Amino acid sequence: MTDVLGLFNYWIVIVLMMTGFYIVIARHNLIKKLIGLSVFQVSVFLLYITIGVIEGGTAPIVAEGYAVYSNPLPSVLILTAIVVGVATIAVGLALVVRIQEEYGTIEEDEIQAQDHKA
Amino acid sequence: MFEHLAPLQVVLPLLASPVCALIRHRRTVHMLTLLVTSLTFGISLMLSAQVAEGGVIAYALGGWAAPVGIEYRIDALTVLVLMIVSGIGAAVMWYSHESLDIEIPYDQYSRFHVMYLLSLSGLLGIVITGDLFNVFVFLEISALSSYVLISLGRDRRALAAAYQYLIMGTIGATFILIGIGLMYMMTGTLNMADMAVRLRGVAETRTVLAAFGFLTIGIGIKMALFPFHLWLPNAYTYAPSVVTAFLAGTATKVAVYVLLRFSLSVYGVEFSFERMPLSTVLMVLALVAMFSASLVAIFQQDVKRLLAYSSVAQIGYMVLGISFASVLGLTGGIVHMANHAVMKAMLFCALGCVVARIGSTHIDDMRGIGKDMPLTMGAFVVGGVGLIGVPGTAGFISKWYLVQAALAGGYWPIAALILASSLLAVVYVWRVVEVAWFEAPPPGRGKVREAPLSMLVPMWLLVVATVWFGVDGELTSGLARRAAEALLGSGGAA
Repeated sequence: MTDVLGLFNYWIVIVLMMTGFYIVIARHNLIKKLIGLSVFQVSVFLLYITIGVIEGGTAPIVAEGYAVYSNPLPSVLILTAIVVGVATIAVGLALVVRIQEEYGTIEEDEIQAQDHKA
Repeated sequence: MFEHLAPLQVVLPLLASPVCALIRHRRTVHMLTLLVTSLTFGISLMLSAQVAEGGVIAYALGGWAAPVGIEYRIDALTVLVLMIVSGIGAAVMWYSHESLDIEIPYDQYSRFHVMYLLSLSGLLGIVITGDLFNVFVFLEISALSSYVLISLGRDRRALAAAYQYLIMGTIGATFILIGIGLMYMMTGTLNMADMAVRLRGVAETRTVLAAFGFLTIGIGIKMALFPFHLWLPNAYTYAPSVVTAFLAGTATKVAVYVLLRFSLSVYGVEFSFERMPLSTVLMVLALVAMFSASLVAIFQQDVKRLLAYSSVAQIGYMVLGISFASVLGLTGGIVHMANHAVMKAMLFCALGCVVARIGSTHIDDMRGIGKDMPLTMGAFVVGGVGLIGVPGTAGFISKWYLVQAALAGGYWPIAALILASSLLAVVYVWRVVEVAWFEAPPPGRGKVREAPLSMLVPMWLLVVATVWFGVDGELTSGLARRAAEALLGSGGAA
């Protein structure tokens, strides 16, 4: 029982990770692919944040009456990773805009069809 | 000043990049980038002198000591890769001006320099850092800027190629991030040296094994190891020639470096090669890459694409060297990293010259071009001969080590396969050489001028390097051997 409920966060991480990964592989719409990529990355953010939690610990701020704190380092690392993720999606979306301008479509198979004709 | 060379190596291009974005004046930006890339190369040379004199340099950033603070750690392998990356970065920048004028839209000229410097500093950062999370951050800095660089190509297919690379590259980087997270979970440290010690106690746990799997796959995608190489041919083909020359010489080599660091410095040779079947896996994938990519290369009509597939095959040689897990094999793999970087950058530079004059790299358009552009196609021949591994060129030294390592390890069929795959390289190189030198030019094409001097000189410097590394192999292989011995000597998780 503890394997299921005690590791609740990790199960969510895995479900999100696989969902995102599946969207990236299975969808042919360039925007949907980026959405999948974003879900995939967010699952890793959750993984890191979960790593840092200590049972019964509070936010790592020195205050009276609290002795156990969660590890702040993973959260800080993930702030950086979130910035990286945002930048990646931004570059990706910019590319999609340019692809839409050049090809007139953002469906992967239609783009490939146009390239094969050329 | 001299004790701060390590951070300057990364910080200099990193700071120059936003400065370029603010200046935007074409000439100033180009001059500044030339200065910065040349200085960066100079710094890497000085660092190599320091390491040769005093051994490993450990630099604590901000004065925070190692396990807590971020550490830059420079040993023989680091120095070699730093010199390759910054050297190619400088040579390609000197070469770039005329090529950029032709291949990049006028208003994108200064933006190209911004991205180039960012990419360079990211690659140097990956190599120099001794901190695992830092590797991920620098990996993304270099990757994001290289997506932009690729999308600058004139052909609209460059956009699709950049998008494809973005998707695959991000998946790879995220896999690496997962791996680092799982390792942090078990050890509570991010410093590589510290991690290597602490991993010993927990090496048998499933978390660490999973981390190893994630890292191997993630790095495999980044270095375009077969079967994760799908992003590479399109990206190299449609990117501007300057970008292809730069990335071909640096990006995949740095990924190979990351593989060496993780598998040997962090996990240690016993864990990676005895406990885990990394040796077998890498050996099989490397051999498949060498043959399948070379075969595909033979049938390409676009010479740029041909060379891109050849790159996939050549990465196979580097990985094969690593998979032997012996000093000889690692020396071969590491030397091939250096030699292939120089040769491929030079070959793509030669194609850039061809694009500058005839506007295409299709093999039919290159008929008879050797007589009009003897210096360009001469360089191409030297580079091609180097890829094959003919004595007197850099490629020979690396293949010599690889064959020796195969024989010493008792893998004589693999030694035969190395030679057989070189024959495939003969075929695809000869196809281009024959068309360029021995066929009549297509009707209707007038006399083609030789490429401008500003492109020829840096390219021929790379030609000289190719021959020099081939004749005086001690220069690169001495450093590579020291690096290999250090890697195999440093025990990680047992």
